[in-house]
Amino acid sequence: MIPLLIYLGIFIVSFFIVRTVTDQAQKGFNARKTVTFGDESAVKPNRIASVISVLALFFLWGSFTGSSLLPGFLHMPGAFVGTTTFEYTARADDGTEDSATVTVIVHPAQDKTNAPEVDPGEGWAKDDGAAIGAYRSGLIRVDKNDEKGREVGHTVIAVNGQPISPGVDVFVNNARIGMSEKGTLNFEPDKGWQMEAIWLPPPEKVVERLGEIASEGYRDSTLYEHLGYSLFRVIVGFFFGALVGIPLGYAMGLSNWFRGWFDPIVEFMRPVPPLALIPLIIIWFGIGETGKIILLFLAALWIMAIAARAGVSGVAISKVHAAYSLGASKRQIMRYVIVPNSLPEIFTGARVAMGVCWGTVVAAELVAAEQGAGMMIMVASKFQLTDIVILGIILIGIIGFGIDILMRMAEKWLVPWKGRV
Amino acid sequence: MSGLSISNLSMRFDLPNGDYVQALQDVTLTLAQGELMSVLGPSGCGKTTLLNIVAGFLAPTSGELVLNGHEVRGPDAERGMVFQQGALFEWMSVRENVSFGPRMAGKSEREWGQNVDHLLDIVGLQDFKQKAIYELSGGMQQRVALARCLANDPDVILMDEPLGALDALTREKMQSLVLKLWKETGKTIILITHSVEEALLLGERLLVMAPRPGRIHKEYRLPFADLGVGEDLREVKKHPEFAQRREEILGMIWDMEEEIMGRQEESA
Repeated sequence: MIPLLIYLGIFIVSFFIVRTVTDQAQKGFNARKTVTFGDESAVKPNRIASVISVLALFFLWGSFTGSSLLPGFLHMPGAFVGTTTFEYTARADDGTEDSATVTVIVHPAQDKTNAPEVDPGEGWAKDDGAAIGAYRSGLIRVDKNDEKGREVGHTVIAVNGQPISPGVDVFVNNARIGMSEKGTLNFEPDKGWQMEAIWLPPPEKVVERLGEIASEGYRDSTLYEHLGYSLFRVIVGFFFGALVGIPLGYAMGLSNWFRGWFDPIVEFMRPVPPLALIPLIIIWFGIGETGKIILLFLAALWIMAIAARAGVSGVAISKVHAAYSLGASKRQIMRYVIVPNSLPEIFTGARVAMGVCWGTVVAAELVAAEQGAGMMIMVASKFQLTDIVILGIILIGIIGFGIDILMRMAEKWLVPWKGRV
Repeated sequence: MSGLSISNLSMRFDLPNGDYVQALQDVTLTLAQGELMSVLGPSGCGKTTLLNIVAGFLAPTSGELVLNGHEVRGPDAERGMVFQQGALFEWMSVRENVSFGPRMAGKSEREWGQNVDHLLDIVGLQDFKQKAIYELSGGMQQRVALARCLANDPDVILMDEPLGALDALTREKMQSLVLKLWKETGKTIILITHSVEEALLLGERLLVMAPRPGRIHKEYRLPFADLGVGEDLREVKKHPEFAQRREEILGMIWDMEEEIMGRQEESA
């Protein structure tokens, strides 16, 4: 909730700051438009906003994880680490009451620290010492060293002067103290607002882990092997999917028999999510490469077939007529009219298919794999290696984005007339 | 026998509900080599169907269609077609579009290069040879379509409202160009148009068709095409006979449209 509010705050405050600081006048043709609200073409992404948006995300990440990349004053309050004390008041069966002080050392959870030696002090209730890890909590048996123990009805009735009983919490300096059913004090040091590294590691830890996996690998394979395997599966699966799907789509666009034969199959398979096929693929082909490539082949096949079919249907009949009256043969019509005319549709299909394949391969690797980006994050999550999980997600995102950029560049180069006819 | 001869051509489209549309009924006409005939008529008179049959894209239900002594069956390079728009190949440059016919016939650039460049000169696109189709204006695109058709050297050129989508000024320039090309190449041309003025200006012969069933209503022989070659077409339009013919034909088409409306009201 707090991070969301801060994010919203940054969004609003930066909007007003950027608006007052920078020149907001539209440039070029848009400058003279009086109607801009509702005119989508007049909406251009504000690049300053993009930069601030990304920086804000990293800022929040760093701030809530105590990142060393940010100066200390930008950190959210962290978990309490250090020494704190509280006083308890106990009563015994004989009606006498006495108080004693407990000194608690709160230490980073991964360090081992012994409870501090304390002077027992006066009275029948003796002072205690305890050590508790940050972000953890621990029971403190304050009665153990007291002269009147539980056998004579030792009961803690107050902490720092505030009455306490099972189910009632008392807030003391840097901690919350509760009581168990049996009357033992439960000491829970303040967690602050920061995330513990096992839930969300700071950015620099993720980068550090990137260097480590890149050089040493993870689970017997280097990072490049993991990513390479995923990419390899996608490319091979997509390649065969396109190799079969495009001619199939052409045949469906050109022949009644093919259209009738494959229509039910394609129309049925298209809405089946490839992920739903994973169990069957594993039963039939196991968890090796064959199964994964067949899965991706199936993911790409229908998309490419439908794209090619749409490409053929999209040929203006006047183009085909024109080619026939210029003396072209059927084969030439195919080669010089139908295929080039369907390229824009096929590229659109290929971009969709690549996206679906990339998503499917990661999901398939999450289920079962020896190598791969999905396997890497799945195994890491089982060991609570959150930094590897986050790193994996970021890399998967970057690669997916990169694939789409490459496809768009290829499209621009190969079908420059797309959308301009 | 050279020229195009159409005899008793009928075309009937059967509808799925058992009804049918008589698109053409007993159309008979002959065109000598080198004649330019424009075809006018209200929508639904079957003029586009007639053109598609001559082009070979449709087979008539009955009747005969003979070009230069042999019967027409299917599309062929001897009958070129210029469409209203959208029939150019966007994935080819201007020059590749124009040379499409010769290239499909397996000719080498040595054979077609000079002719194609000459045609591009004539239509005024010598500076746009390597340009992509989508970089050209609508008028330029239609000039490419004309040149592409001529580069294939067909006996008959069929034009389906080729200038319909152009603005008035471009249209007038294109009309002059069509007349010029017609005179220079001596091609037989059938031109379908919605514009009475265009039909009068370009048609050495003018065919007015009537709808339901599609048939020939009236035929004219006109002097304006010959007068217009190399001349300012606006001067031709000042010819007293021009205005008279225009009114006559417009009235004719109005009457047909009114008759259709009346029939529709009756049946409703």
